[in-house]
Amino acid sequence: MNSIQLSARQIAQKVRAGELSALEVLEDHLRQIQAVDGVPGSLQDLSLDPSEESKVHAFLEVSAQLAQKQAEQVQARVQRGEDPGPLAGVPVSIKDIFCVQGTTTTAASRILYNFRPPYTATTVERLQKAGALIIGKTNLDEFTYGSSSESSAFQPHPNNPWNTQRVTGGSSGGSAASVAAREVPLSLGTDTGGSIRQPAAFCGVVGLKPTYGRTSRYGLIAFGSSLDCPGPLARDVPDAALMLQVLAGTDPKDSTSALAPVPDYLAALQEGVRGLRIGLSRDYDHISYPDTLTGEMSVQAIQPEMNSAVRDVAEALARLGAEIVEDVPMPNARHGIPAYFVISRVEAASNLHRFDGVKYGYRTSAPVRGLSELYRATRAEGFGLQPKLRILMGMYVSAAQHSAQYYQKALRVRSMIRSDFEQAFDPRGAYRLDALLTPTTPTTAFRRSEVLGDSVLMQYSDQMTVAGNHAGIPAVSIPAGLDPLGLPIGVQFFGMDFREDLILRAAYAYEQATQNAKWRGVIPQALRGSEVSA
Amino acid sequence: MKTYEIVIGLETHIQLNTASKIFCACKADSWGAEPNTNICPVCSGLPGVLPVLNAEAVRKGALLAAAMHAEINPVSYFDRKNYFYPDLPKGYQITQFDEPIGKGGYMDLEMPDGTIRRVRIHKLHLEEDAGKTKIELGERLVDFNRCGVPLVEMVTEPDLRSGEEAAQYLTQLRQLLRWIGVSEADMERGHLRCDANVSIREAGSAVLNTKTEIKNVNSIDAVRQAISEEAKRQIEAVEAGQRIQSYTLDWDADTGTLRKMRSKESEADYRYFREPDLLPVVLSAEEIAQAQSSLPELPLARRARFIRDYQLSAYDADILTSERALSDYYEESVSLCGGAAKVVSNWMMNDLSRLMNETGKSAAELRLRPADLAEIIQLVEGGKISTATGKSLLAKVEAGGGKPAGIVEREGLGLIADEGALSSQIAAVLAESAAEVESFRAGKESLLGWFVGQVMRRTGGKADPKRTRELLLEQLKR
Repeated sequence: MNSIQLSARQIAQKVRAGELSALEVLEDHLRQIQAVDGVPGSLQDLSLDPSEESKVHAFLEVSAQLAQKQAEQVQARVQRGEDPGPLAGVPVSIKDIFCVQGTTTTAASRILYNFRPPYTATTVERLQKAGALIIGKTNLDEFTYGSSSESSAFQPHPNNPWNTQRVTGGSSGGSAASVAAREVPLSLGTDTGGSIRQPAAFCGVVGLKPTYGRTSRYGLIAFGSSLDCPGPLARDVPDAALMLQVLAGTDPKDSTSALAPVPDYLAALQEGVRGLRIGLSRDYDHISYPDTLTGEMSVQAIQPEMNSAVRDVAEALARLGAEIVEDVPMPNARHGIPAYFVISRVEAASNLHRFDGVKYGYRTSAPVRGLSELYRATRAEGFGLQPKLRILMGMYVSAAQHSAQYYQKALRVRSMIRSDFEQAFDPRGAYRLDALLTPTTPTTAFRRSEVLGDSVLMQYSDQMTVAGNHAGIPAVSIPAGLDPLGLPIGVQFFGMDFREDLILRAAYAYEQATQNAKWRGVIPQALRGSEVSA
Repeated sequence: MKTYEIVIGLETHIQLNTASKIFCACKADSWGAEPNTNICPVCSGLPGVLPVLNAEAVRKGALLAAAMHAEINPVSYFDRKNYFYPDLPKGYQITQFDEPIGKGGYMDLEMPDGTIRRVRIHKLHLEEDAGKTKIELGERLVDFNRCGVPLVEMVTEPDLRSGEEAAQYLTQLRQLLRWIGVSEADMERGHLRCDANVSIREAGSAVLNTKTEIKNVNSIDAVRQAISEEAKRQIEAVEAGQRIQSYTLDWDADTGTLRKMRSKESEADYRYFREPDLLPVVLSAEEIAQAQSSLPELPLARRARFIRDYQLSAYDADILTSERALSDYYEESVSLCGGAAKVVSNWMMNDLSRLMNETGKSAAELRLRPADLAEIIQLVEGGKISTATGKSLLAKVEAGGGKPAGIVEREGLGLIADEGALSSQIAAVLAESAAEVESFRAGKESLLGWFVGQVMRRTGGKADPKRTRELLLEQLKR
């Protein structure tokens, strides 16, 4: 038996019972990485063997030694009769935006190409304490700025395991791909506008963005500090619930982490959906998109399979006893991306200030006269296009003469988006929802290079997800079928603050009800023909 | 020449004396430490780390706001002030912008003519300090030790009218900071830093003209001198028909001159926005009340009370309230001395003050406590020891400890008032001084003092002077 076929729960259970060695688990997964991942992303312009085209390229760095040491520790605890933790022996990949002592942490940017943090992110520390094996760092859009993972300074970028000519989505594309390609059962990602859920949808895995503050941001290299959420990517809902259990909780190192008690997410899954009120919204069956010349917003249809998948999921849940609430108004959903354009970029521009070549990371080797030149040359050479665009826009909309018109206005829009959800979830309101069901993305995975370069269109692939970040509420994306091209479709449930348990229940109920669906038996392209796919 | 009025506002940075920095666990004070030895990932701006607010800094900030009669904001916010400089490792300073911890407030200055000048506070907020840079051998060096040290920035309205007034404001502020225990306020160590905004206008006018900003006026003398120099320069320029430009000037204390640093035509845009890594600072009504009620009696109030209740001169009251510990020392000593306010004041102004100067100790640090001082004063006043012995006891208690009465007893320092003992000493003096005795008896009564002196010499100063005089007269006139 090859342990890459097992869920995280099964691995942990077998390792804890002494039926399976963590070392064996590690070896299986390292072998799978060897088989499907190809060369890691690099700053150098490599001429690649054509066979690399069909590889996944999820990883920037495989930390085999670190994982080996952890596996040995897990085995030692098992031998001593101690509890090695709820994730004992489970290999986990980490989006390379988290600082992990003993790894290089690049944020997929040249400016941090050599940065080795002397500390470990709280979320990663919790995984390690729970017995997980940190197997490597995954590729992403530079500083998480993107929705395809193509903008990494380290190329080749990750490819979608379902069709390697397609993107993984992003920015947690490497994470999603590593889970879909069975290189790991679990991955740690981050979601600022949809960066866990969108790649999870594209790669046919489960991705959960927790409530803002539910998981600690300490050690996460910041994008939009008021929006960033670490969260799990997994192959099924119970594994996501298990990982969230480990990640969730307050952290004295993060003042914005929440004190709210952490429920038993796995136990909650068993409660089913009978009586849950699940909402659908017509404001989520299309997107609003600005004309590039006039800025006029026009309504655009989304891929029809997205809406039919939402219908299918709703019907399946209705059969299980959920109440479906139609036509829940989300009038401000269409303002999500414009407001996000402003808020996230103001925070991003400020968060990027510290990368100046003075203290760590990349510093220009060009001769410079004076400080300004050092800054300019270092940042010009060290940052890719996306950070530069975001700095320009962030600086512009927060400038004293523009702030009221853009930044302050965007903050008001943000609270309007939040109030849409508050009304929908209000237990004394007209809708009294437990969850809102929507497509995760307007389309399935697009072709490589198709959208890259059009920063606006790229951003609009987050239109379905971004409202959750503005509102700070939890949301989970789950696989809900394949489109005619065989690409995964994702649907998402939004929930109330700190009610991850409710959206996980709904997601799990659907997952269970469709366990034998034909599409669930389809194996991603990158795994077909490999010895470990059977 | 017209008459001009000088208009001054001061911007002060006050280093709070908390144990740790404002957003991390590093020690707050790095005095004497090697560069970059008192730093951590948080205060040196590594990626991914987050600030955690030091509650003690908030408490001290609120206490200072209360002492400045400012309104304490129940909900204040931290903001990011974005700019690039190598000593600012995050590329932004975490500070408070539009909703600071204190709003309004004032400090009253007593002018030499007895009138009060009220200096209004424009802004009082918490922030983190930046590091230091210096150029050495053509290289720019950065020291992050000071990054994240908690500061209160306090800016006055343009309510000061001379270098002298500005100096007095700073003196009084320094006293207040130490008094309420929020800062060591040592200007040499940068605990209290000052920039001065100076402009001039025709006397009687209410307009505010273009101002210049003088940086680095980091001693009270520097404030006085730099402002006077700059006001003089501005008046001369205006008289010569020139326009005052908005310069930033640097005060060079060594040469006593102002140097132009840069013109300040356009204000930098710091692109302030709320710091998303910190929660709003919420102070409950109880916490605000606590800050206000934990405020001790302030220096000016105590000074007024000393003048009223103890009938001290303004001068004595000034000195005795210059530090809180000294004024506490005084009050405790007076109370232990049964209210002998004037006597205690004399002892403290002269002898105790000398002892403090000689030992370099503050009132709080003295080993000689108010109970000891009171005991010594009572021994002198009760005629048990001479004034000279009393004074020498101060140093003895300070050096070796012990109770004054015990030392007097052990070392036999008490005055000899016993008639038998004194009489035999007197007899001996008279026996040695036949010529003087004859002169005295012949009418040269001024010799009495000389005889007393002789007795004192024989007794090592311990003869009770009053009794000695009486017995001498008895024996000489016999």
